[in-house]
Amino acid sequence: MENNLITEDIQKNKLEKAFEILKTMASKPSGLIGLTIVLFHVVLALISPYIAPYDYKAISPNTMLLAPSAEHWFGTDSLGRDVFTRTILGGRTALTVTFFGSLIALLWGGLLGIFCGLVGGKIDDVVMRVVDAFLSIPWILAMLLIVSLLGTSTEVLIPALGFFYGKGIVRVARAATHDVIAKDFIVSARARGHSNMSIIWNEIIPNVRDAILVEGAMRWSWMLLGFSSLSFLGFGVSPPTPDWGLMISNARGLMSFAYWSVIAPIVGLSSLIIGINLTADAFAKALGIDRSTKAPV
Amino acid sequence: MNEIIESVKNLSIGFNSQKGKQISILRNVSTNIKKGETVGIVGESGSGKSTLALAMMGYIKQGLFPLKGECLFKSDDLLKMSSRQLEKIRGRKIAMIPQNAGQALTPNLKIGYQIDEALRLHTDLNKTERDKKISELLNKVRLPSPETMAFRYPHELSGGQQQRVAVAMALAGKPDLLLLDEPTTGLDVTTQAHVLELLRFIAKDTGTSMIYVSHDLGAIAQVSDRIVVMYAGEIVLEGPARKILKEPIHPYTYGLLKSIPKLSLAGLPASMPGSQPQPGSINEGCSFYDRCNLATDNCKKNSPDLEHIKKLDTNVRCFNYKELINQNNNLQTSITKKSNNSEANEVLKLKDVSISYAKQKFFDQLLNKISDQNPTVKDINIDIKKGETIALVGESGSGKSTILKSIAGLLKTKDGQIKFENDRILSSDLKMRNPNDLRAIQLIFQNPDESLNPNHTVEQILSQPLKLYFNLSGEELKKNIIDLLKKVRLGEFYMSRYPRQLSGGEKQRVAVARAFAAKPDIILCDEVTSALDVSVQAAVLNLLQQLKEDLGTTYVFVSHDLAVVRAISDRVAVLYQGRLCEIGPSQNVYKFPSHPYTEVLLGAVLEPDPDIKPKLVAEDIVEEKPPEKGCSFQGRCPRKIGDICNSKVPPWQIGENGNAIRCHINIEELASLQQ
Amino acid sequence: MLLLILKRIGLGLITLFIVSLITFVGVEVLPGDACTTYLEREAYGAALDACIKRLGLDVPAYERYLDWAANVVRGDFGYSLSGEMPINEVLGPRVKNSLVLASVSILIGIPLAIVLGIITALWRDKLPDIMISTITIFSMTIPEFISATLLILIVAIWLGWLPGIVIIPSDATFYELLSNIILPVVAISMIMTAHMARMVRSSVIQVMASDYVQMAILKGVPYWKMVFRHVLPNALLPAINVVALTIAWLLGGVVVTEVVFNYPGLGRLVIESISNRDLPVVQALAIILASIYVGINLIADLMTLMLNPRLKSLQIRK
Repeated sequence: MENNLITEDIQKNKLEKAFEILKTMASKPSGLIGLTIVLFHVVLALISPYIAPYDYKAISPNTMLLAPSAEHWFGTDSLGRDVFTRTILGGRTALTVTFFGSLIALLWGGLLGIFCGLVGGKIDDVVMRVVDAFLSIPWILAMLLIVSLLGTSTEVLIPALGFFYGKGIVRVARAATHDVIAKDFIVSARARGHSNMSIIWNEIIPNVRDAILVEGAMRWSWMLLGFSSLSFLGFGVSPPTPDWGLMISNARGLMSFAYWSVIAPIVGLSSLIIGINLTADAFAKALGIDRSTKAPV
Repeated sequence: MNEIIESVKNLSIGFNSQKGKQISILRNVSTNIKKGETVGIVGESGSGKSTLALAMMGYIKQGLFPLKGECLFKSDDLLKMSSRQLEKIRGRKIAMIPQNAGQALTPNLKIGYQIDEALRLHTDLNKTERDKKISELLNKVRLPSPETMAFRYPHELSGGQQQRVAVAMALAGKPDLLLLDEPTTGLDVTTQAHVLELLRFIAKDTGTSMIYVSHDLGAIAQVSDRIVVMYAGEIVLEGPARKILKEPIHPYTYGLLKSIPKLSLAGLPASMPGSQPQPGSINEGCSFYDRCNLATDNCKKNSPDLEHIKKLDTNVRCFNYKELINQNNNLQTSITKKSNNSEANEVLKLKDVSISYAKQKFFDQLLNKISDQNPTVKDINIDIKKGETIALVGESGSGKSTILKSIAGLLKTKDGQIKFENDRILSSDLKMRNPNDLRAIQLIFQNPDESLNPNHTVEQILSQPLKLYFNLSGEELKKNIIDLLKKVRLGEFYMSRYPRQLSGGEKQRVAVARAFAAKPDIILCDEVTSALDVSVQAAVLNLLQQLKEDLGTTYVFVSHDLAVVRAISDRVAVLYQGRLCEIGPSQNVYKFPSHPYTEVLLGAVLEPDPDIKPKLVAEDIVEEKPPEKGCSFQGRCPRKIGDICNSKVPPWQIGENGNAIRCHINIEELASLQQ
Repeated sequence: MLLLILKRIGLGLITLFIVSLITFVGVEVLPGDACTTYLEREAYGAALDACIKRLGLDVPAYERYLDWAANVVRGDFGYSLSGEMPINEVLGPRVKNSLVLASVSILIGIPLAIVLGIITALWRDKLPDIMISTITIFSMTIPEFISATLLILIVAIWLGWLPGIVIIPSDATFYELLSNIILPVVAISMIMTAHMARMVRSSVIQVMASDYVQMAILKGVPYWKMVFRHVLPNALLPAINVVALTIAWLLGGVVVTEVVFNYPGLGRLVIESISNRDLPVVQALAIILASIYVGINLIADLMTLMLNPRLKSLQIRK
């Protein structure tokens, strides 16, 4: 209490506040690295179709399994395709699918969580039981089943991933709402006679927003992990679309003599996941939330 | 007797701010502790008193570090010792009694183990001797059934018992010096008086020196031989307890003593402007300059040194202390309130109200069926007149806040009615009340940190009721907000601030402004000054009184602090375990307390005056639930007459001075018993 | 106390019941039934009739559910379509193999995580913490299939120390298993250990900042004694539940890892049965995996109940 820092008398609007958070995030090396990596991947995903040196699906028996060279920076794969081209293109599907998947997860998980936190009582119990039941089916089994029956199009993957990764957000949003609800400013608003909608909108959402956003950022990195695992198992995007998980899976059998075709996508995927994770961590710290006590469910 | 045990020399402690600046929270502190004496260190939150106390055990909190100076314990500097050396001193030579024993006892270890640990570390006793010693210690701190107590976990004890265990633990190593950090804060009035009495007994019995750190001058006054007053990290006044309390010659101490409400005085205490400066914001000049009414230009530029005044045996840090030397008869004065019109109509009536505390959730209040035979609050009958301030007092668990919540419509009543204006029954369901009734009754909460949304600016906070009740917008809204801020003595520039950028007193002013924004008829005040520092508390009380006199608002004022209640209220209702004990005009209840519980409660109050000792009449047992039959106070009553108290609910009696009490003993007989 | 335990067990059973409903209903609402899905283009005539008959698809859905549920309670999961044999026979050895893999990972992972978590917390922001925490972040974020692939590439292919691929039959002996599971265990426990270590770290840091730890220091309790008596019991208690959730999450990682190493466990069975569209086996797997999840959480709950003095005496104060 006594080593409180001096209160800064600076007024900020929303934009300045967002900028301030970014600045806090970048002030630590880990946050700066994370932000840089994520920015790099996003930019790469946007411009890669224009800078890719080769056609990602061009098969050529003459160039099979070439080692890295000036022509093929990362070498070629077993079908003679340029690994560099496929690597810089390989994050696009993953990024898009998981980004929109996270948005869906954030939306339904956040709303249901807030609702449960508010309602409490019997309804809350029942909903949480069902969420628990969903949690207890390993996501991979459920995802595989859905994908194998409905196909691997993005229209199936995005909502399916969004659904399965939203379960955890429900818990976080519910807990945050529970905490806020007990506060006197909510009691005060109720006693004044504000409508429920106005209380949710004005009093509750601003105070649970941070926790939910941080959780969403975290989900994003896990969803990426899950999505690439699906691709790796052959249940993600379908060939010949370049995708890191798929590339690793295909090149794995030959890696004893063509390690380059497996290393490049590994570096691509790992760096993105680590980048998102570091960013989520820095984001949480900048907002004053400790995320290390949460289990990855 | 004059041997010095510990001396602090020029000690400064600070931390590095985010901008790399070095900020000190203790500045140049020097003091000596003599053998056998009890020194009280008093100051508001943020004055550095706890940091000083911990440093005297060689302990510096994480993030802080000593800038200069030393803490000498018998000529060894504690701040330079290795942790190995400190382990030999802590608990054995200097022992600590912490502020909140409930949190300072390790939750997974039994009481007996925790005391045994201290004995093993600091004595050479064998197992059987230690076991004997444990029950001896538990006995000494007057804990019931010491044999079984050792096998219990901390959470199974009440707050007062936990504090006693902490005392026993500290005594285990037979220390030369006991450090007490706010040891009674957070305890109920009667428990606090008992623990304090125990500490005084121990000091006398063992001859141990004590350092008693507290924000509460009342507690300090009861135990200390010498008092050190801290302000913004400095010692501003130091001297014999009696001198400091009766003839304070530092303007801060003088103002502080004047701002404490006292049981013996009707009317409001004088308030001190402003609040304590934040560490790091003091540049040059006296740290009290902003709030001082004796300040001169000299005080702005130069900071005074601690000056020794031989005649008074006192050290003081002030250029102009001489002006205060002969003013001390002024200490016992207060601001008289405008008395309210006793002919006024009743605005709110509670009729046979009972409330059962089933846990309430947000939407499902409708689903709760209440079938409690022994409700938390029972048979409350109070008529509240327009424009009066009625106070509900009692210890924790007395149901005072519960009653407030049900008036606000936040808790459903089990039985009885709440009638508003012309005997119109208010629905006990918030959603069924009409908007005008909702507007007419407003709430102010204890802790402004919790009652103001941290994500809203002051402007947003104040615009909520204005928009909701009066549909204001644009310029008109803004004008109203500025008016409200002016009413609570805050400038226009506060509008764009967030609660975290305000001091405690400022936050509470915003909360007051928000309540008044609704132009209410009744304001329910729930412990509104409990979270504030003493010097700020008086200002908020005066503000509330001023607003009431200007606007004719009615207050229902809930507090555990009897002196505060005495200062602000016109009438008092005393509650025990959710049942009314006594109700009557303040001056009468305080002068002639009739009900045994009122007597116990008033007797336990600690006054900042070494001549007024608390009277301990009843045991400080904590009762979990109200008794099913008979008088609610039967378990602790010092005047219990027999079976009738256990079996029959006592009748109401009205005394000649207007007090109504619920007791089986005749009211006149009670009065004569108390003489 | 007993009532509380019974209540927890009851809740677990309800969860399992809901899981069985979800999987059953899920399979029902998805296009096609078990037979048409399995037989695909051959879903006509005698083959389809035989299949429908074998699975009893000609009776109403709710009757089928009750029948199936009753059999599951008795421990009979029905008939596998692809293996043409009772599911129990398919499952038996797979369950054993996966359990061996998972329990070895847990037995190594939990103690390691606790030790790492405590070290990083006690040396907070000092060199050991910075080093371990950095490694933790990496191993926590990299997917199992990548770490597994890298392990094979480095340890098996480049260094040639261990076999890269598990080549053992599904009914291998325990000893045969052990010698083959080193790499899979490393791959699985990496993520899990990292997560738990971080959890333990923040829990210990929180307790270290508590009033009672400050009190213990001021009482003169020596540092390590304080850590073991005052800090750890209180820091690890809340960690139990989170550890349980982490372990349950590990099941997904087990599936992927088993595929990478070609390990004959439940995980590979998941992929095989889904590739073969063998819905009865998938349903059985869902129930089994969910029971493991519920079981682990139940154990964690009960452990917390046993160890927490507050719940032990059942005198919960406000």
